[in-house]
Amino acid sequence: MRKVTFSIGGIHPHDSKLSRDCKIEVLPLPQTMYVSMAQHLGAPATPIVNVGDKVLAGQVIAEPAGFISAYVHSPASGTVKSIAPRADITGRMVPHVEIAVEGDEWVEGVDLSDTLVTDITLDRAQILERIKQCGIVGLGGATFPTHVKLNPAPGSKAECLILNGAECEPYLTSDYRILLEKTREIIVGAAIMQKVLGGCHTVIAIEENKPEAISAVSEALASLPYSDIEVLSMKKRYPQGGEKQLIDAVMKRQVKSGGLPISVGAVVQNVATALAVYEAVQKNKPLVTNTMTITGDCLPVEKQHNYLFRIGMPLSYIAQVAGGVPESAAKIVSGGPMMGKAISNMDAATVKGSSSLLYLSEGSTRRHPASNCIRCGRCSDACPMGLEPFLLNRLNKAGDLEGLEKASVQDCIECGCCLYSCPANIPLLDYIRPAKAQVMGVIRARAAAAKAAQGK
Amino acid sequence: MSNILVSPSPHIHSAVSTTSLMRDVVIALCPALLVSILFYGWSELLVIAVSVASCVLIEWAVTKFLMKAPCTISDLSAVVTGVLLAMNLPATTPWWVVFIGALFAIGVVKLTFGGLGQNIFNPAIAGRVFLLISFPTYLTDWTIPNGFIHSTDAVSGSTLLGRYAEGGVEAVAGTDYLQTLFLNIGGSAGEISALALLLGFAYLLVRKVIKPWIPLSIFLTVFVTSGIFYLIDPSTYTDPLFNLLTGGVILGACFMATDYVTSPMTTLGGVIYGVGIGFILMMIRYFGAYPEGMSFAILIMNMFVPLLNRWFHQSKYGRK
Repeated sequence: MRKVTFSIGGIHPHDSKLSRDCKIEVLPLPQTMYVSMAQHLGAPATPIVNVGDKVLAGQVIAEPAGFISAYVHSPASGTVKSIAPRADITGRMVPHVEIAVEGDEWVEGVDLSDTLVTDITLDRAQILERIKQCGIVGLGGATFPTHVKLNPAPGSKAECLILNGAECEPYLTSDYRILLEKTREIIVGAAIMQKVLGGCHTVIAIEENKPEAISAVSEALASLPYSDIEVLSMKKRYPQGGEKQLIDAVMKRQVKSGGLPISVGAVVQNVATALAVYEAVQKNKPLVTNTMTITGDCLPVEKQHNYLFRIGMPLSYIAQVAGGVPESAAKIVSGGPMMGKAISNMDAATVKGSSSLLYLSEGSTRRHPASNCIRCGRCSDACPMGLEPFLLNRLNKAGDLEGLEKASVQDCIECGCCLYSCPANIPLLDYIRPAKAQVMGVIRARAAAAKAAQGK
Repeated sequence: MSNILVSPSPHIHSAVSTTSLMRDVVIALCPALLVSILFYGWSELLVIAVSVASCVLIEWAVTKFLMKAPCTISDLSAVVTGVLLAMNLPATTPWWVVFIGALFAIGVVKLTFGGLGQNIFNPAIAGRVFLLISFPTYLTDWTIPNGFIHSTDAVSGSTLLGRYAEGGVEAVAGTDYLQTLFLNIGGSAGEISALALLLGFAYLLVRKVIKPWIPLSIFLTVFVTSGIFYLIDPSTYTDPLFNLLTGGVILGACFMATDYVTSPMTTLGGVIYGVGIGFILMMIRYFGAYPEGMSFAILIMNMFVPLLNRWFHQSKYGRK
């Protein structure tokens, strides 16, 4: 089997997959759940239930509020107690539907059995509609509505569907566990998306540090009736799971600055999304569950878990079921240690894209004081976009927006490789992130002005 | 929750720090240091001790009293400068000359530009050149002191390059290259053993402290340039191997030209920088007034580094 990787930059942090052998456990339902209206990229959904309404699990409680938006469903049966703004993990106030849980009664027509359904009977339009109705969004991190991504603009053609099973972030093991435990379901999900995209070549890309997952997928592929789906082993390297890096690794093509993956014929979907697509299309089950890892370097292995959670569960509830927040935790992160968000609010509820509760010790996460740049060039060597973070930092200090744009700050994917590798502990990304936002603003304003001028 | 840290991502950091990199450089210099101490004895030990202590002391004093800035001696960069300065001086250099060299290297070349990372010239080399111009007698006094395992009756062994500059190719005929590779007594203390230096170079490569492109392009340029001249007229010009093994080429290429601060950031820039050093070095040796030339070659190319950094950039994603 050929081994591939992306061609520019990258780092090799220790993979710390401590919870890799923890089987997926189902979390019991809490008494109260808080379902966010903003758990996808794009416009927050509009609630369609009222306080006091009885709802069933899987029932639509909010509708998309724009082209890029998504349906939200109730994660359990119960009564709507309130619809009000509530702080999410980063402390941002977002409308939530509060549900007093009374049971686990589902809406009609949802197949909750474990029976594998391999025949794809729906046609392309029906599949897309089902994916939309079930509120499927990308579960690799960006939570972009899947039905939009699977429906490329007319004129562009998908040549390759890449299933992202890289899970290149240290610590995280939820994708690994579903690849082992839901192997066939993921492959059926891939076949469904392959059908939607007109039968393009499909690659399930997994990093080599997960050999069990690679062999499980190869074996399952041999026993299933789909064609033109292959598994690909990749060298371990961060950020291999970045969309642009994965396309480079698998297809040896690079997306132009500002372009979409489809411009080089690529569609990338996470393996967890493939599982959600399977459940939606074959089982008519809306996206209210996902898998998350409870891990960290200050958590003993017997307290580590991979959980099947439902959206709307408070993080504090999950932490308590898992055995409490460890004393030595200095930082709690939702997501991986490279790109995840530090949690300031444990009362926040899980969303579709939640992937972990990561407890990091003081020693592994405390930042050291920054010193002078020694011009070693490690940040440039590490940048997977081929940018020069030290230069962006200096241009930002000088307030040179033009220079920043010329140095392509807008291409930064915020992967954190520069900050990770800086021996002088300069928080490069902390400075580059706002600089990028500023330049993106300039670019958008310029595009809007050009459009307006054309309209005249 | 009260003691929980909150910060933007990433939440983990590599173990490599400025201090660990500098420590690796010191470790890499240890084999050559050891050989020089063994063969040049107490006087070499004194040069090293004075050089390192003065560099650290001067950095501490200047940052504290003149710059009123945070003290930076713990990053070990002053130690590296001290060791390298000592290795670039004859073992017989008087302690006060060493101190003046350290004062110029750290106080003027490094700290007046803003400290580590801000200087244009390599401090250790600038310190050596400053001394060479100010105290030429001390800096070209190649008297060999008594070592711990090698005793002489204080013979004055002029360097191979010195002999070539005075007496031409005949003066250095019959040089035993194998001997020169292991042990080359005479010259700056640090260049006594090419092998020990190469061992340190290999350590830096294995630890990924430096990349090999700058030293390799210097070696190749020296080899090719002197090769061409040697082929044209072997009775006037020394051969390539002679030029690679003498006059601090290995010390300079592996440890001084690779200084992060004063070398280009990109590989292509680094190669051009290396080629420049190799070429200027050979021009000085064949046609210049100084017999050696490595220090001047590096200092001259140091000046081109900002330009090379401006001209050459990483290849960006999505531009191919």
